[in-house]
Amino acid sequence: MPSHAPTSGETARAAWMRILALSAWGDLEACAKDYTDTAHDVLRPPETGLVMLRGRMGASGAAFNLGEATVTRCAVRLGDGTEGHAYVMGRSAAHAKLAAICDALLQRDAQRLSETIIAPLAAKLDAEQAEASTKAAATKVDFFTMVRGDD
Amino acid sequence: MYVAVKGGEQAIDAAHRLLDEERRGDRSVPSVTLEQIAGQLTLAVDRVMNEGSLYDRELAALAIKQARGDLIEAIFLIRAARTTLARFGYAEPLDTRAMRVKRRVSAAFKDIPGGQILGPTFDYTHRLLDFSLAGDYEPPEAARAPGALRSDMPRVLEMLGSEGLMEQPSQEAREPADLTQDPLDFPAGRDLRLQNLARGDEGFLLALAYSTQRGYGRTHPFAGEIRLGTVEVSFTPEELGFPIVIGAIAVTECEMINQFKGSATVKPQFTRGYGLGFGQCERKAMSMALVDRALRAGELGEERGAPAQDEEFVLSHSDNVQATGFVEHLKLPHYVDFQSELVLLRRLRAGTEAAKHRLEAAKDRPEAAE
Repeated sequence: MPSHAPTSGETARAAWMRILALSAWGDLEACAKDYTDTAHDVLRPPETGLVMLRGRMGASGAAFNLGEATVTRCAVRLGDGTEGHAYVMGRSAAHAKLAAICDALLQRDAQRLSETIIAPLAAKLDAEQAEASTKAAATKVDFFTMVRGDD
Repeated sequence: MYVAVKGGEQAIDAAHRLLDEERRGDRSVPSVTLEQIAGQLTLAVDRVMNEGSLYDRELAALAIKQARGDLIEAIFLIRAARTTLARFGYAEPLDTRAMRVKRRVSAAFKDIPGGQILGPTFDYTHRLLDFSLAGDYEPPEAARAPGALRSDMPRVLEMLGSEGLMEQPSQEAREPADLTQDPLDFPAGRDLRLQNLARGDEGFLLALAYSTQRGYGRTHPFAGEIRLGTVEVSFTPEELGFPIVIGAIAVTECEMINQFKGSATVKPQFTRGYGLGFGQCERKAMSMALVDRALRAGELGEERGAPAQDEEFVLSHSDNVQATGFVEHLKLPHYVDFQSELVLLRRLRAGTEAAKHRLEAAKDRPEAAE
C-alpha cells in the first residue's frame, strides 16, 4: 500500500515507469537504443522474483490472493548520482536494466527523453490497444426484434 | 513405511533418455517452439498458469513442452519452479473495472450499457472438426468496427446494486490469507477459499459446480457478467514508496447472480459468487464462481449437506499437484509395506485353517460337542 499520497514528481515518474514496463522489449530497445551505453553503476543487478497478484471478492470487495507473477527488478545509478529503478513483469534482465537506465535519465531530463522514448512507446501501446478494441467491438451483438405475424 | 532402495540408477538414467527421445518424437519433424505453444496453444498455457498459480506465459509453454502436453505434470513443474524464486511482495488488487475488454457477456440482461461483446469464443461454433486446420490454412484478419469500445464498461452487478437488489461484497480490510505462506486451515475465510479455488483443478471445480446445478446444493445461478480482457498490475516497491504499473495480464472474471437472502430486517437481495483467473479460462471462472457461492452456504444461513458446500472436502481436494502426488506415489516401491500385508494375510488364513481343523475334530467327537 502507498505510504502517502504521491507527489507530482512521483506521479510523473510512475507514468513513464508504466510505459517502460508495458512496452514490448523490442519496442523499448528500438526507442532507447541511443541510451543503452549510458555510463552507470549497478545498484541492484537484474533479479527475477515473484509478486503475488490480488483480486477483489465480488470484483469490488475485500482483497484475496489470486496467484503469483514473475517480475524482474533492477536499480542503477548514473555518474551524477541519479538513481533509476525498474520492476517489469516477466524474466527479461535486459528489459529491467534498460528500463532502470531510462528511469534515471528521465529524472534528469524529463522533457527531452519523454519526447524521444516515452511518447513513441505510448503511441505504439495506444495503437495496439485501439486495434484490439476495434476487433472486439466488431463482435458486439446488435439485437433486433423479429416481427411476429401481422394480425 | 519407506525404505531406501538401492540399485536402478542405470535403469532410471536410461528411462529418462528414453523419455527425452519420446518427447522429441519424429526427428524429421521440427521440434515445437515455445513461441508456437505460447502463441497457438494459448488456452493450455492459461490453464497451466492458473493451476500452477504463476503468471508467466513463457515458463508455462516450456513446462507444457517438457511435460509432453501433460498439463498436470506441467503445473507441477511450474509449482516447483516458483519455489526457487524470492517473493518481492504483494501487488495492489487488480481493478477489473478498468479492464480493456475483449469479451463481455451477460446472460441476465440483454441490453447492458457497453453491449454484449462476444470476443474470441467457441460459443456458437458448430463443434465440427475443421479440416482446413490440418493444412497450413491462414485465416483472414479479424473484422474491425469503425470505433473502439467504450473504455468504462459498467458492471452488470453494480447496476442491480444501485437499486439495492444485490448484496454488497464485504470490504473487510484485513490482510488476506496466503496459502503459499501458511498451510490450509479451517474454518477458511472467503479470501482463503478464493485463493484455493483460483489454483484448483479445473476438472474438479467443474464437476462440483455441475453437482450444484443438478441439485447437490442448488444456488439458482445466472451468469450476471463474464468478462475477458487485460488489466494492469500495480505494485509498490519498498524503495520507491509509491505504486507503479509493472505490467499487464489477461484475466477472465465471472460474476454469478444467485438466489435470495434476506432477514426480518433486511429485504431479500440477490447473492453472488465470484470467479477470477489468469488468461482466457471461462469454464474455470464460471465453475469457481458457482463453487464460491456454494461454499458461502454457512455464512448465508443455508443448510449444508452437499459436497460443494463442504469447505474441508472441497479445499482439501482441489489441488491437483497434491492429489496427483498422493495418488501417483502408490506406484513407487512399497515392497516392505506389502510384505507386512502379505505376512498378515497368511497369518489370518492360517488361523482360519486351524479353526476349521478344530471344528472338524470336534465333529468327530460328538460327546465333546454336547
